[in-house]
Amino acid sequence: MLSRTAQNLFWMGRYMERADATARLLEMGHRMSMVPGSSDMDEWRSVALAAGAQDPINGKPHQTAADVIHDLLISVDNRSSIRSCLVQARANGRAIRTALTQDMWEALNEGWRQLDDMAPETSRRNLPTLLEWVKNRTAAFRGASEISLLRNDGYCFLRLGGLIEQADMTLRLLDAKYYVLLPETDVVGGGRDYHQWTSVLRATSALRAYHHVYKGDYNPWGIADFLILNATFPRSISYCHRTIQRFLDDIADHYGERGPCHDTATEMVARLDGVHIEQLFQAGLYDFISDSITANHRLAAEISRQYHF
Amino acid sequence: MYGSQGAVRVPYERVADWISAAGVDLLKLRQSEAEAIFRRIGITFAVYGEGGDPERLIPFDLIPRVFGASEWRRLSRGIKQRSRALNAFLYDVYHRGEILRAGVIPEDLVYRNEAFLPEMVGIDPPGRIYSHICGIDIVRTGEDQFQVLEDNCRTPSGVSYMLENREIMMRMFPQLFAAGIIEPVDSYPVLLKKTLEEAAPMKCDNDPTVVLLTPGSLNSAYYEHSFLADLMGIELVEPQDLFIEGGLVWMRTTRGPQRVDVIYRRIDDSFIDPLAFRPDSLLGVPGLFDVYRSGGVTLCSAPGAGVADDKAIYSFVPEMIRFYLGEKPLLENVQTWRCASPEDLSYVLSNLKDLVVKEVHGSGGYGMLIGPHASKKDIEAFRLKLKANPSAFIAQPTLELSTAPILGDGGVEKRHVDFRPYCLVGRDIRLTPGGLTRVALKKGSLVVNSSQGGGVKDTWILAD
Repeated sequence: MLSRTAQNLFWMGRYMERADATARLLEMGHRMSMVPGSSDMDEWRSVALAAGAQDPINGKPHQTAADVIHDLLISVDNRSSIRSCLVQARANGRAIRTALTQDMWEALNEGWRQLDDMAPETSRRNLPTLLEWVKNRTAAFRGASEISLLRNDGYCFLRLGGLIEQADMTLRLLDAKYYVLLPETDVVGGGRDYHQWTSVLRATSALRAYHHVYKGDYNPWGIADFLILNATFPRSISYCHRTIQRFLDDIADHYGERGPCHDTATEMVARLDGVHIEQLFQAGLYDFISDSITANHRLAAEISRQYHF
Repeated sequence: MYGSQGAVRVPYERVADWISAAGVDLLKLRQSEAEAIFRRIGITFAVYGEGGDPERLIPFDLIPRVFGASEWRRLSRGIKQRSRALNAFLYDVYHRGEILRAGVIPEDLVYRNEAFLPEMVGIDPPGRIYSHICGIDIVRTGEDQFQVLEDNCRTPSGVSYMLENREIMMRMFPQLFAAGIIEPVDSYPVLLKKTLEEAAPMKCDNDPTVVLLTPGSLNSAYYEHSFLADLMGIELVEPQDLFIEGGLVWMRTTRGPQRVDVIYRRIDDSFIDPLAFRPDSLLGVPGLFDVYRSGGVTLCSAPGAGVADDKAIYSFVPEMIRFYLGEKPLLENVQTWRCASPEDLSYVLSNLKDLVVKEVHGSGGYGMLIGPHASKKDIEAFRLKLKANPSAFIAQPTLELSTAPILGDGGVEKRHVDFRPYCLVGRDIRLTPGGLTRVALKKGSLVVNSSQGGGVKDTWILAD
């Protein structure tokens, strides 16, 4: 396969996941801002932080909720806004039409201009509907890829991009919210914490799933365990790393060649193997999170070097 | 659709029945459905220099255009004959130039032609084929009369519409196709791939690897490039995906370099290789032409093939057919005045209001004058342009173009159409029964180019 094709598939996977994750973050912000006693701007700032847009975009720091929503949803200056992600994913797809199935292309192409020229006020007023729409688009794209794409190296590159992005988004959410998971807040207790914890789960669409696994006992240990170590939850760090390793192995088997990215992936999986969440807290959750973010970035760079893109 | 006596012509009976049975309102509804499908699939067409939407939709008209079986047999013989002659001409002008020595075509018209590439002289492309895909634009000028409007020997576009228009029609109106009386067109990609594989270069010793070279996703015909690559199952490459090493062409892949044998290039001559042609080109592959010259790769069409489809050379194609094939031309040309000749120029200047004047190197319907539709002011402005550089223009009479029915605002209306079949030249000459019908959607307009408000239709060739 052309290296350029692999590159476009990889980034298409990343952008679609980023659009999806950003929509979930905005949903979390929207919900938290409705909780009594919350400091509105703090919540929205942590949303911006988790979405990687904490720095002023376009020279203006975020003053209001509308600023954050604008930057994350419809801004063209923010390369990671949902709109930018959808436009870039479509551009990736358009550049490699032949590597896409018709179903995938239609999922990318349908309504891609929906967010163009939308006034900030309109976007805020219609936020829940718009976010629902974004999640539907990304789900349609994933579905189309799953049912129609050949399971060859192209599929692996698409999934690798998506998984790297999912791991990154979960890590950045933990990075922005880790303070609510620290043991001392456990002592404070009360409704406010409950909302904080559930909001973290909501942002990863894990609320119900968590409920099933941990029987509704919301506590920081359980939540961190779920998002980092749970091998069955598809956005957990552990799951993402294992699956990344599997797809990299598939490509290596197919091409008959391994490289540094394979070693890094193996290392990342080994790092979480048999680890208990208590150990992570003892060793320092914050350090673990920032190290993992760096490792994830390094892996992405190694993959593109290995496959010449 | 109607004959000279006003009755529905036989090939059109099925279409006429269908229109009256379905009714105009229903058809209009279906037409907007068809457009929604095109938009969703992403069949778009960029128009240069007009700004606005870079991914405009080409208008699609629902009512098919129909050729009867015997009409097609005649046309198809004529098209194949013309394609053979054009290739023979290209081989000749890049070798001994017999036709010029014989005085049939003036030397200047060839050697001083911008599309003539001296670099190509003496090169033998595989099978002596230069133009692997000949798009011959044809108009009907009478119930039994067809004329060739122009030839396209470089990289004629539009074949994706032939395929997609049919796809849409079959999807929306399966009952029309049920009786199996309409020739299918879906063999085109298979035949195209076969034709390209047959062009494998001397140094290719395995199954040839064929790629389609596109300038990229901003090109107006990008949809077509990706569509064809997809249907042929070959890689769609951009210039940056290719490089030259050891006298061969390679593409960059995730498994390292892979050799390329045949390049179906949809990039103009001057952009294929900055070392050989335009040094300012950011598009090309440096060194590609050298590899081509030494038989390491085949370019389809061959560089310099454009010298055969220039509008001034066009008027000599019937002569070529007599000269190279010793046959009588089966398809007529439209009468053409070459403004380079003083005699013709003076005729053209005194009859501007009745003539169509075109730029010799122009395409896409730009820069032409349609005398009967132009204002006095426009004619005078054009007169100055023409006098300043006569050899850049040719003139033709305004043709009595046939019309075909379309779905307009007022129901079924008449519009002018032309027709472009795609003739494939490999070891055999292959012609898919079909082509692209372009239609001038503006009332009274004679210009069918999609860049000028033209649309497209499905084209039916009826089986015997």
